[in-house]
Amino acid sequence: MATYTIFVNGSSKTVNADPDTPLLWVLRDELGLVGTKYGCGIAQCGACTVHLDGAAMRSCVLPISTISDQKVITIEGLDSENSHPLQEAWREHDVPQCGYCQAGQIMNAAALLKENKNPSDDAIDEAMRGNICRCATYPRIKKAIKTAADKL
Amino acid sequence: MTPSINKSRRNFIKVSAAAGGGMLIGINFLNCAPDKIPVEVMKAIPKEWFEFDSYIKIGETGLVTIFSANPEIGQNIKTSMPMIVAEELDVDWKDVVVEQAPLNTEWYTRQVAGGSQSIRQGWTTLRRAGALARKMLVDTAADQWQSESADCYVEKGIVKHKDGRELSYGELASQASQRETPDPESVPLKKSSDFSIIGKSKRNVDMEGILSGEPLFGLDYKREGMIYATAMRPPAFGQILKDYDDTETKKINGVLDVIKFGDKIAVLAENTWAAMKGKRVLKANYTQEGKAEDSEYHSKTLRDHLEKKSDEPLRVDGNVDKAFAEADEIFEKTYEAPFLPHACMEPMNFFAHVTDEKVDMVGPIQTPAWTQSRIANLLERDAEDITIQMTRMGGGFGRRLYGDFALEAAEISHLSKKPIKLVFSREDDMLAGTYRPASAYKFKVGIKNSEVTAYHLTEAFFNGSMFGQMHSNFPCGAIENYRVDSHNIPSNVTTGAWRAPYANFLAYAEQAFLDELATRLNKDAVALRLELFDKAKNNPVGEPHNYEVDKFVGVIKLAAEKSNWGNAPDGVYQGFSAYYSHNTYVAEVAEVVVKEKVPTIQKVICAVDCGIVINPKAALNQIEGGIIDGIGHALYGDFNFVAGQTQSTNYHQYRLIRMPESPEIEVHFVESKNDPTGLGEPTLPPAGGALANALAAATGERYYSQPFVKINDVLG
Repeated sequence: MATYTIFVNGSSKTVNADPDTPLLWVLRDELGLVGTKYGCGIAQCGACTVHLDGAAMRSCVLPISTISDQKVITIEGLDSENSHPLQEAWREHDVPQCGYCQAGQIMNAAALLKENKNPSDDAIDEAMRGNICRCATYPRIKKAIKTAADKL
Repeated sequence: MTPSINKSRRNFIKVSAAAGGGMLIGINFLNCAPDKIPVEVMKAIPKEWFEFDSYIKIGETGLVTIFSANPEIGQNIKTSMPMIVAEELDVDWKDVVVEQAPLNTEWYTRQVAGGSQSIRQGWTTLRRAGALARKMLVDTAADQWQSESADCYVEKGIVKHKDGRELSYGELASQASQRETPDPESVPLKKSSDFSIIGKSKRNVDMEGILSGEPLFGLDYKREGMIYATAMRPPAFGQILKDYDDTETKKINGVLDVIKFGDKIAVLAENTWAAMKGKRVLKANYTQEGKAEDSEYHSKTLRDHLEKKSDEPLRVDGNVDKAFAEADEIFEKTYEAPFLPHACMEPMNFFAHVTDEKVDMVGPIQTPAWTQSRIANLLERDAEDITIQMTRMGGGFGRRLYGDFALEAAEISHLSKKPIKLVFSREDDMLAGTYRPASAYKFKVGIKNSEVTAYHLTEAFFNGSMFGQMHSNFPCGAIENYRVDSHNIPSNVTTGAWRAPYANFLAYAEQAFLDELATRLNKDAVALRLELFDKAKNNPVGEPHNYEVDKFVGVIKLAAEKSNWGNAPDGVYQGFSAYYSHNTYVAEVAEVVVKEKVPTIQKVICAVDCGIVINPKAALNQIEGGIIDGIGHALYGDFNFVAGQTQSTNYHQYRLIRMPESPEIEVHFVESKNDPTGLGEPTLPPAGGALANALAAATGERYYSQPFVKINDVLG
């Protein structure tokens, strides 16, 4: 066990954890931030996507010992009023079915839109390839990303 | 069915309000993006709730809570079922909050998510629940006005007298809820032309929670003092536990205990990671007691059975053997599909707290009532001692019909005497599945004078046989000599329902076969079907068949028209497929283009007859998802066993369809005033066939086995 101080959603948090504990489980079990989901544990599904210094990362394979002073943003901290253009677009298109993967989809898409404010269909496909939606809401996710991009 | 009206509901609500339950609903609701709720239309949170039946309570402010009785699995019934209640109650949807009801077999009928039946079987009950409460409110207003109910009407939760007087539901709720419940049969239901909520898209009621990461799912559930558990199960079917060594496990920081139960070993820990790590270093030895099945054995066994007739055919019209002997030509094809895992995004999990007083269960489950009775048997407890709280489910697809994970959780809590949450890793979830069984179908037809005179379908299936009236599906009734044989072959692989059981592959085989048959007969694929339907309608063969010709033809013609069937632009290759399952009729046209020599599906045009559409945008979501799921598994669903052990352990070895491979979906509903049917499953079965038929049009290649793409082809 070791003590780590990490910066999550704008505030610093101190946790005790084994160095190899993935950020995912620190968020979920220690900090109660359960919007970030466990899906595979091997960075294959994208359900656990968070932002690390603004980049989309799979938190299931990020040991807590490697986080250091990088800024972590989770779905809970994406927008203080849950009004990120993507969240608005998700409402408009009524995207989710079961909803389990959607936080990861949104976090991944948010990182894409930060890099590319007007992504083409192919660019969206390429960026979102790593995020599985078992309910297959892909057509709506794509539409919602475009809607959000239009508003940026 | 009659609505379950039980006065004890009142007591329940009082208890839960005292514990803060009533207020919590409102607080949760308000916390969901407060700036998004237009304050002028949002009723204030009531100080007191008044219940009308097991579905409705109304506060003095006019805010209405509608309980959603069924498990929410992503099919969106938590929105669409309350919409049906709200329609007959005549309230403004903005004034409604929805709460997940607890399991209660006395208050509710069929608290199950399965078979695409929630809407269809809930329809009348939900409407009556709303209509009864509405009548109690209107009668109360009429009494207060010393007038007749017939002189009153309702607009958005306000009872109005024709002379202009008004009383809101909030003002009436206290008195109205005390009235005798009217006879359900005496309360008229609305005409569909008067619907104002049904048929208008309403956003998913859990949207705000999903968008903000609230703890909605079983895996998110936490309780004070709760610890985490993982379980190690025999790695292969047919194996039993011999012995184990937990020395290394107990050295892991956070591991609290290791407990054997049956052939399984539970690792209890302070957090999920420690429980997972502890299991990883657990050493166990197993002995092979049952057969170590592998995929080659499965395939050979299925195909061997296809060469035999069953002792009792499921249906016989005429005499296929005689017709085959007299035929000009025999045309025969065999189709085969593997076992499949459900691969829900949220792995199996359940919270359990077993004490001497009660058994407290929380988690994602499609069959709470069945699970309750199974836990009662397992722990030798009274069912009344067992409460099951349903969380939102991160997918189910049939996997969460089987409460094995809840039973395991109950047993671990029982043995450890602690509140625990059992969590499956993805690998556990892939290993300990209730898989869609491997199956194979052989279609054999006799052709004489370019007409189909005989049709013989043989099924070979592990741990099952097509059920209900599936043997009388199309083209039954259209062919003089028709026979269905089925072989139910035992396997020690645990199997179960997988989205659209049987239909998910039978439809593929049938629709791919019909397409190839049409080509063989030199007929258009749609024209051949319409010819057969004509026969089934005007001159049906044998006992009644299991479909309505007009509805079936309706979707086929609609899909053909909307896809401009037969007139696709150059370079676009179309494939047709139509199937009736789960009481819903669906036709699909897949469009394939060839990009740099690679055939690619770009669009599916779909026609659906599901009766009245409750929540159009959500209905479309189910349809889109079902089609893409069907296409994804036809393309990529590769799952194999070697010596009884699954060869795919995680998503890197089990390919699911992803965004780049997903086609555009265009949907057309048949306009209907018929009672609604479900949409969770019926658009999946025809999808693979539509794709295969379009691929055949594009490349000439036919696919007789699923998946079309083997995992090693793309990821090896």
